Amino acid sequence: MSRLLVCPPDYFAIEYEINPWMRRSNAVNSGQAVLQWHRLMQVLEQDVGAVLERMKPVPGLPDLVFTANAGIVVGGKAVPSRFRYPERQREEAHFEDWFRGQGYEVVTLESGAYFEGAGDLLGFADTWFGGYRQRSDIRVFPTLSDWFHREIIPLELVDDRFYHLDTCLCPLSGGELLYFPPAFDHYGQEALAERIDPTRRLVVPEDEALRFACNSVCVGKHVVLPAGCPKTESLLILHGYHPHPVLLDEFMKSGGSAKCLTLALD
Amino acid sequence: MVQDQETVLLQGHIIDSLILAKVLDTILMMGGTFDFEDVQIGKTREEPSRARIIVRASSAKLLSEILHAIQPHGASVESERDCRLSPAPADGIFPDEFYATTHLPTQVRVRDQWVEVERIEMDLGILVDTVRLTARTIPMGEVTRGDLIVTGREGVRVIPLQRPRDRDVFSFMESQVSSERPHGHVIGDIAKRLLQLRTGFRDGKTDSKVLLAGGPAIVHAGGREALAWLIEEEFIHVLFCGNALPAHDMEVELYGTSLGYRHAAGRVVPHGHEHHLRTINRIRSIGSIEAAVKSGVVKTGIMAACVRRGVHVVMAGTIRDDGPLPGVITDSVEAQVAMRKAISGIGLAMLVASTLHAVATGNLLPASVPSVCVDVNPAVPTKLADRGSFQAVGLVMDAASFLNELARELGARI
Repeated sequence: MSRLLVCPPDYFAIEYEINPWMRRSNAVNSGQAVLQWHRLMQVLEQDVGAVLERMKPVPGLPDLVFTANAGIVVGGKAVPSRFRYPERQREEAHFEDWFRGQGYEVVTLESGAYFEGAGDLLGFADTWFGGYRQRSDIRVFPTLSDWFHREIIPLELVDDRFYHLDTCLCPLSGGELLYFPPAFDHYGQEALAERIDPTRRLVVPEDEALRFACNSVCVGKHVVLPAGCPKTESLLILHGYHPHPVLLDEFMKSGGSAKCLTLALD
Repeated sequence: MVQDQETVLLQGHIIDSLILAKVLDTILMMGGTFDFEDVQIGKTREEPSRARIIVRASSAKLLSEILHAIQPHGASVESERDCRLSPAPADGIFPDEFYATTHLPTQVRVRDQWVEVERIEMDLGILVDTVRLTARTIPMGEVTRGDLIVTGREGVRVIPLQRPRDRDVFSFMESQVSSERPHGHVIGDIAKRLLQLRTGFRDGKTDSKVLLAGGPAIVHAGGREALAWLIEEEFIHVLFCGNALPAHDMEVELYGTSLGYRHAAGRVVPHGHEHHLRTINRIRSIGSIEAAVKSGVVKTGIMAACVRRGVHVVMAGTIRDDGPLPGVITDSVEAQVAMRKAISGIGLAMLVASTLHAVATGNLLPASVPSVCVDVNPAVPTKLADRGSFQAVGLVMDAASFLNELARELGARI
């Protein structure tokens, strides 16, 4: 049973610009955003069978909706994020309170090192990948590796449109990897190629990568992904997965999609 | 060849992620170099690896650019502490635990800055001026009470020499010394260096002086003409020797013998053993070697060439000396001071047929100065080559053969 943390988009808006997708002039249609979010929740609960934990939205924190950046949670231990931009640093206390309220053992990183949670740290059972350079600091990974007893392979993110690792890489439950190679430098691409068999590397085409096809939620054989990525859907079907496209274009205005709107709580 | 350097630490899963490869490639691509000080590879997938890397660059600016480029990949500069300083307790006495220098380029950290130690020489202390932020080596005997001397090893770093850019015999130095190796190419390379240095010397370039430290075997074995020629041709600018080399050189001029042997025929001359004493006595009566040359008493040979060419000569005496000749420094501490003064700006040192002067000169020279040691006794070049420099060449051969071959290589008709 997969448990996911989500936060309703009551106050979701574009109030600042901290990634190349955000334009204050490109206003969010709140009504549409709420509808799209509820549709995503419906798919996750009904089609995928996930259990959702809902956080209370907070006025003035428009990006609290992107719970993937709350931190990282594994085996009852939670490490809250340390955001790079002051605009999102105000979310830290709310996420941390939520973790504590749920009885998680909260371990905090020393200040000064940025880490944006499951947005930059994801992977398979024994090997994790850590995105760095855009939002998270590579120096946090040895600490997290020590705390969670996992190997963490750092990967440099070289294209600022893919500013979190979960915007260009999505590990699937069967060991396959959905990813967009040009978001990494050749060292990162080589490290991934060394680790994952070519038949298990599912390369997303650029047009769909830019629609955030990699920002997908994989639960068992179900993959929830943004609508408008037919080639990625075909790739997933070919590898035995059930794609569930959901229209999330209001959230793309802020540089986020399905994965950014959830945090795995295991 | 002295480079700026900083030690960085890289840790985590740096091998499989190719982060280590990326950091090292970045250093090289930007024109820096690196050495591993310490590497620990994780034994399991989960276990992290760590590498302590010394990053070097030709300038402080380039080093800072390289550090700036590798820091986002996790390479963190190790925090450094200032060196410890203690006042000298009395004149001529270092504080306890004083840092003893090597002959390699050295830096000390003073008020958070790395300061180059000037006039590096082995087996001395380091005197620091905390106001002007300077540091220099100082011999034990010259220290004054209250001088701030570096103690302990903290905040001191010794910089290994980079391989010289010139692709000659000095750049490939194994410290192995053997009498069974061919000498020809070594002498050829030394000749090339001498030509380059002479051009530099004539153009007033720094570090283009050539030093020769030699013993009387040069004269006995028949290397006098070759050495005099090298001096006349301005290939040698500083001469270190004892009492015997000039005494026998001038004995040849005045009596045609060296240590009593007829120089041309190689036969013992009756009462010939007195000749060097009579030579010394003659020069003493004239007052100086320079006056003997200028007055025409001594016209040829090594010392005459030195006087004519203005070579800086330091003669350091020993307890077995006869006379000695005027100008020979009999106080060995004073002699050391005089030699130390004369070695600045040396670009090549030739230590020929003198254990005592070769070792003394070797101790004074920074490792960055290429040196060649020539002796029939393999122990001398071995001792010198073992100083751990890339640039010490040892030749097991007779002094005269060496000098004659070298002079011929440079165009002398000997």
